[in-house]
Parts: sequence; C-alpha cells; structure tokens
Amino acid sequence: MKVFRTVRTAVNALRRNPMRAMLTTLGIVIGIAAVIAMVEIGAGSAEALKKTISTMGANVLLIHPGTAASGGVSFGAGSGVTLTPEDCEAIIRECPAVRTAAPIVRARTQVVYGNRNWVPTFIYGTTPEFLDVRDWTMLAEGDLFSQRDVLNANKVCLLGQTLVKELFEAQSPIGEEIRIKNVSFRVIGVLSRKGANMVGMDQDDIVIAPWTTIKYRVTGSSLGNVNQSSQAGSENQVNTLNNLYPGRQPSLYPQRSAAQEANNPMPVRFESVDQILAAAHSTEEIQAAIDQITEALRERHRIRPDESDDFHIRDMTEMANTISATTALMTKLLLLVAMISLVVGGVGIMNIMLVSVTERTREIGLRMAVGARGGDILRQFLVEAVVLCLAGGVLGILLGHGGSMLVRQLLQWPIETSPAAISAAVIVSATVGITFGFYPAWKASRLNPIEALRYE
Amino acid sequence: MQLIDLHNICKTYQMGHVAVSVLKGISFEVGSGEFVALMGVSGSGKSTLMNILGCLDVPTSGEYRLQGLEISGLSADQRALLRNREFGFVFQNFNLLPRTSALDNVAMPLAYARDHLSDRDARRRAADMLHRVGLGDRLDHVPSQLSGGQQQRVAIARALINRPPVLFADEPTGNLDSRTSEEILKIFQHLNDEEGVTIIVVTHDANVAGHARRIIRIHDGLIQDGAALLRPVKPRQEHLVPETRSGEKP
Ligand SMILES: Nc1ncnc2c1ncn2[C@@H]1O[C@H](COP(=O)(O)OP(=O)(O)OP(=O)(O)O)[C@@H](O)[C@H]1O
Ligand SMILES: [Mg+2]
Repeated sequence: MKVFRTVRTAVNALRRNPMRAMLTTLGIVIGIAAVIAMVEIGAGSAEALKKTISTMGANVLLIHPGTAASGGVSFGAGSGVTLTPEDCEAIIRECPAVRTAAPIVRARTQVVYGNRNWVPTFIYGTTPEFLDVRDWTMLAEGDLFSQRDVLNANKVCLLGQTLVKELFEAQSPIGEEIRIKNVSFRVIGVLSRKGANMVGMDQDDIVIAPWTTIKYRVTGSSLGNVNQSSQAGSENQVNTLNNLYPGRQPSLYPQRSAAQEANNPMPVRFESVDQILAAAHSTEEIQAAIDQITEALRERHRIRPDESDDFHIRDMTEMANTISATTALMTKLLLLVAMISLVVGGVGIMNIMLVSVTERTREIGLRMAVGARGGDILRQFLVEAVVLCLAGGVLGILLGHGGSMLVRQLLQWPIETSPAAISAAVIVSATVGITFGFYPAWKASRLNPIEALRYE
Repeated sequence: MQLIDLHNICKTYQMGHVAVSVLKGISFEVGSGEFVALMGVSGSGKSTLMNILGCLDVPTSGEYRLQGLEISGLSADQRALLRNREFGFVFQNFNLLPRTSALDNVAMPLAYARDHLSDRDARRRAADMLHRVGLGDRLDHVPSQLSGGQQQRVAIARALINRPPVLFADEPTGNLDSRTSEEILKIFQHLNDEEGVTIIVVTHDANVAGHARRIIRIHDGLIQDGAALLRPVKPRQEHLVPETRSGEKP
C-alpha cells in the first residue's frame, strides 16, 4: 500500500516533465534494447547452428587414411590407401563406444538423366549404415539399398533432394535409370531434405549407392581393372561393367592357390575406401570411441608402437563446438558493449536526478516541513529513479524484441526469444536505477528543511 | 504547563569567522487556543523564531518545551513526526507543488502521517478540507490555474489536513491584496474561535495583527512587548498526545 503510493507519487513527479523523463531514460532504453536484440539474435543463431550440426549426424567421427608420400613428395591428407571396408566392420565389431560405422567411397562425375545432366557435390559409395550414422534414416520416398546390394555391387542408388530437382524437375524418380559415368543406376529411393551444413555446402546434392558399385563400376580404379583383367578368363567371372544385376558377389581378387595363401599370409592387395564415418553412442563417449578406433586400426594395420598412425580421426562435433564457441564469444563481447551502454545510461540517470533534486529543493523543503523524514525523501527519489529505469527497461525490451523481429522479417535470421534475458533486463534496469539513483536521493534526504524552503 | 514554553532561546549563525546573533534570549509562553501575532521590523528574527517554534530549526541554546516535552532532545525524525502531527505551516509564497492538483497538494502531508489512510479516505478528507476553505469547486485545478488567495487557501487546507492543534503562518497575507487578506484572516479567525486551533502568525500588517488576541513584538532578537500570557479562551487538547515524548521512537 505504502509502496504503491510512493510509486504513484514518483510517476506523478515524472509526469510533470515527460519529455525530460523520456530523454533521461533513453540510455537505458537503448542499452536494454541492444541486450535483448543481441541475446535473441545470438540465441537464434546458436539454435540454428545446433540444428545444422545435428543434420550432420550426432557425434560423428570421420576417419581418413593417412598421407601417402613418394620420394619425399606428399600427396596430401587422405591420399593414402590404408582403410578397408574390413576396418569398418572391425570398428563396428570391436569398439563398444561406436554405435555404427560406414565406409565411404567418393566419386565426382557427371550424372545424366535423359537430356539433363548434373555434377553432384557428393557421390558416395557406402553401406546401408551410412544413413544411420548421419541420422538420415527417414527417406522421402522408396527404400534404402540392402547389404545384399552392397555384396552384389548392384547398380541401385538413392538421390538427394537437389538431384531430384535438377534431373527430374521434382518428379518422382523412383524406378528411373540414371547414368553415372555411363553406368546406369536404378533409383530406388529419395533422401529427405537436410539443408546446408555448417560450412554452407548443400547436403542434399548427393547420390548414394553401394560402395562396391561406385568403387568398381564408376571410379574404375586400377584395382578394379586388375580384377577385371584377371577375372576375364575365369569360370565364375562377373563382368561388373556389363552385367546389370549380377547375382553374386563379384570376386574382387584373383583366386589364390593354397600355396600362395601359405607363402603370403597377408593380402597383397586389398580394397581401400576413401573414408570411414563412425558415430559414437553419445557425446561423452566420443573420446572413448576415438581411443578404441585408434587401437583397433593400429592393430589391424600392424603398426608398431613407435610408428605413427596411418590414419586420422576427426571429431565433427569438435568442429561444431569451435564454431559455436566463436559465436558465443561474439555474443558475449556484444553483451559487454551493451552493458557499458547501460552504465552510460545510468550515469545519465544520475545526472538528471541530481538536476531534479536541485530543481525541486523547495518541494523537498516543503515535504520535510509537513513531516517527511529523511528516509521518506530518500525513498521517494530512489523509487523515482527505479521507476524511470524500469520504464526504460520495459521500453527497451519491447524495442529490442521488435528490432529482432524486424531482423527476422527482413533478413530471415533465426530469432530465439529468451525469457531469461527479459527477466535479467528487468533486474538490471532496476539495479541501475538503485545504483545511480542512490547518490542523488541521499543528497536530497540530507537537505536542511529551512535552507531547502528558502532555496531560490 | 503551557502549550509552548520558551526559555532564553538564542540563535547564532556562524558566518565564517563572524558569529551573527539573531535571537538573543527569547522567553515567552503560548497557551493552548491562543491567536498570537509576531511583529517586528524586517530582520529582527521573526522567521528564525518561527522556524524554531515549528521544529524546523533548533536553537543554539535555550529550552523549548512543547506541552512539557523538551524539543532539543528529539532526533530529526522525531521532529519530522512532530511537524506532521502537531503543526500546520502556511508560507508567504504558498509553496504548492507545481502541476499538481489542489486535491493532491492538500493530501500530500497524509503520505507522511503515521496512521495511513486508505487512498479513498485521503482524497475524501482532502476534498473535505478544500470545501471548508471554500474551494470545493476547484479540486482538480493546478496552482497556476488558481488566484493568489485561492492558492493560499489550498495551502491552509494542506496545513490543516492532519488536524494539527497548532498552526504557524509566516506572513500569510504578504503576497495578497487587502480584500483577499481579509478572507484568509476570516478563516484563521474561524479556526481559532470554533475549533480551538492555536495560531501563531508572523506579520508586518497591523490589520492582520488586529485579529490576534495578543501581539508579541520582537526587536533586534529580543522580546520588546507582549510576553505576558493572556488567559486562553478555548483550550484544545486533541493531539499533542504523549506518543512523541522522549524515549519513544516515531
Ligand atoms: N541561514 C542564515 N545564515 C545567516 N544569517 C541568517 C540566516 N537566516 C537568517 N539570518 C539572519 O537573521 C536575521 C533575521 O532573519 P529573519 O528571516 O528571521 O528576519 P525576519 O524578522 O523574518 O525579517 P522579514 O520580516 O524581512 O522576513 C537576518 O539579519 C538574517 O540575515
Ligand atoms: Mg521573515
């Protein structure tokens, strides 16, 4: 009741000079508006980033082969041929922290359908686990290829949304034949939409097919050629290039005799994949997964303890964390600037409150003459400053929220309304009012009633 | 025990190294229900004395007893409570809050009263007071929309809102013409006669002083004349309750 009356007295006093009250609190309005807009935009982009990260699949680890070098000339990261599909299977089998893993064979070539053509960003040869690793198991249409398709190097594929748009003008491509480097593939499924990844690459610009098919029919690696020539005369040959639907697993290596097996226990040649994508069970288990994969691969690759790894493991979540840490830092810096502007606004409040105390010296004297105690005067001016700041704060919240809404409307930036920031803004503006209103209010309360009444 | 009992009150202002002695030993008594005029040439110390009487200021030395209560022992907050409960002040320059309605001006001292009235009661009481000073139709006027006489009547209503037993007025008609002055004095007269409010008025105007029962003349910080007490007509003992007596915190 008493508080309510004091607040009303303060509002009445402020209403006597509305223009000045407005200008006084402008610093607070701008400061709070900046904070609110900053936090909302910051939280929005953080949320958007989180969504983008999750489109790459949660807790994904990327395993690259090591660097190949010849005569001191390095061929760059991933140029080695040390990873095999068996490595991938071993990872799934031997690493408890790994949820699942998929090998990837990449190609980059033209895809043709009818008279239209397109070069997708990604042509991935992989296993059915790939979609599981990437959290992409929801298909827009059709079905995923099976393990059997992989074993048989069947010429089937799934298309990303971008390809459907480019080649089929958004018509259903299921059952159609597309040609990848003159090999025709039957489209059996369409992937759901993923959008752009963290670095802005279109994740829907993708064709996925069994890795065996891509490896031996499309990329036409030397290994494949060797296989073909070696198999040309053999009885159970599978012409991987011409047979549309080979019924059996192609024999990839020349059949070795028992003597050969005995003499050379290690395979002289093996199928290599470009990378292996693995997913850990949880973020906490990423490190364990890395350790387990390292151990498993070192053992499989027969690497001695003093030798370095012939592969690299990259933690995709780490990259995401780096990006979000940068965003968070930017938001913090901007918040700091906004805080400084709040302090400046507070000094403005103090300044005007001091002027107001001087101006209203006679009023203070009068109030004291009719019985106001020092504490009453202190409270009155303090409440006035707080009301001023709170009004500024509320106005700032509205303005900041409106501003971020406008940004969303005009720039299509993601916005996240933050109740925490709003309540913090209210608390901060009240605190600014109390902090910067105290000195003027204290000064007012210390006035001598007679001198105040005489003040001209 | 008189309402007001001054004994050898001195007030000295220290102006740098020079001590200016304004009141040089004032002693007099005022009974309850009296109407006293304080007169004297300009600069004789009337306002200074009035401020001490009204507990706005403290004397340098001397004793001031209000209904037997020694004022010099009170804290600033206790004196504030005393001003709120026991005294009403009317000033020469009205001292109304600008851009504030007559009603709110009159209700203002209620905010500092110890017994809090509800908002409605406060407004009703303020309106009542304004009716009594003849401004029942000017409740929502702000000071700039009122004549000098009307403003002074608002100030009187404000002084009376807490029903104080003592009213101090420092040249209340100093800024008013003679006809308006007469209206103000009639109100004072009425308050004194009908309600037994003790009134102490500082004035230069012999006409104003004519309404008083007793005239105290001050010259150069000393009582010249009028210290002798007359018998009060209608003593009033409504307030001046022992709540603010020594030892008790307001
Ligand atoms: N705060 C102060 N400091 C120094 N001297 C003061 C102060 N207040 C009043 N005086 C001096 O005290 C003397 C009396 O002042 P006071 O206001 O009491 O006179 P007054 O009798 O009310 O005069 P007037 O009739 O003109 O109002 C004056 O000489 C004045 O200069
Ligand atoms: Mg005077």
